[in-house]
Amino acid sequence: MTEAEFVYVTYIAAAQQRIWDALVKPEFTKQYWGKANVSDWKPGSTWEHRDTDDAGSVMIAGKVVESEPPRRLVLTWAAPRDAADPAAHSRVTFELEPIDSMVRLTVTHDRLTPGSDMNRSISAGWPRVLSSLKSFLETGKALPTWVKTAQAAKTAQ
Amino acid sequence: MDKVFKALSDPSRRKLLDRLYATSGLTLGQLCEQMGMSRQAVTQHLGVLEGANLVSTVWRGREKHHYLNSVPIHEIYDRWVRKFERRGLKALDQLKRQMEGEAYD
Repeated sequence: MTEAEFVYVTYIAAAQQRIWDALVKPEFTKQYWGKANVSDWKPGSTWEHRDTDDAGSVMIAGKVVESEPPRRLVLTWAAPRDAADPAAHSRVTFELEPIDSMVRLTVTHDRLTPGSDMNRSISAGWPRVLSSLKSFLETGKALPTWVKTAQAAKTAQ
Repeated sequence: MDKVFKALSDPSRRKLLDRLYATSGLTLGQLCEQMGMSRQAVTQHLGVLEGANLVSTVWRGREKHHYLNSVPIHEIYDRWVRKFERRGLKALDQLKRQMEGEAYD
């Protein structure tokens, strides 16, 4: 295997549709991810991961590859400077699968360039995003560190 | 969370996680080779790690690939580490206020 790949799994005690909405509705992603995920979520459409300030700078951009609510969402993922170059896009797959009273959410991020900055930031980022999402859906509270870290990183840029 | 602590309590299992951190997607055969342990022992340890959701797996054809799933570790961090950090910061903040208060009173 030459490409880097990550597979993250979390079990969330919430309805499948709520978890789906939490991934695709900016009013929810803002709360636990600190960024707005914006798209019409139709296959072939673009999607953007935007800052929540007034400027709304695009942090991540890509295309919607597959969208089967509330089960499966496949996106391409790139830094804005690489948005026009499909070869530079990595791929993120969200799979939602009900198990007993919970839903297993699997996030697979592949087609990454080994050793790249994107590779590094992702391996630190997904576990935080997913535990914040779980906390947000189960307790109504996102993890404040995540949002703060995101804001601090922005200030430092 | 008990399962996570139990899974992490064994040095061989921690070593397996280190291997998967270094290289994503290793197969059972590759892990046995790197660990110098029997197939049976590695299979057993991987079972405990999977049960604790610390290892995620993907089948490709007849091969099962293993990945470090650090989400539960992050949950432990939030539950057990972050709040102590916060307390420490609060104590420092109080100390600072006291010192400044004394200085300017």
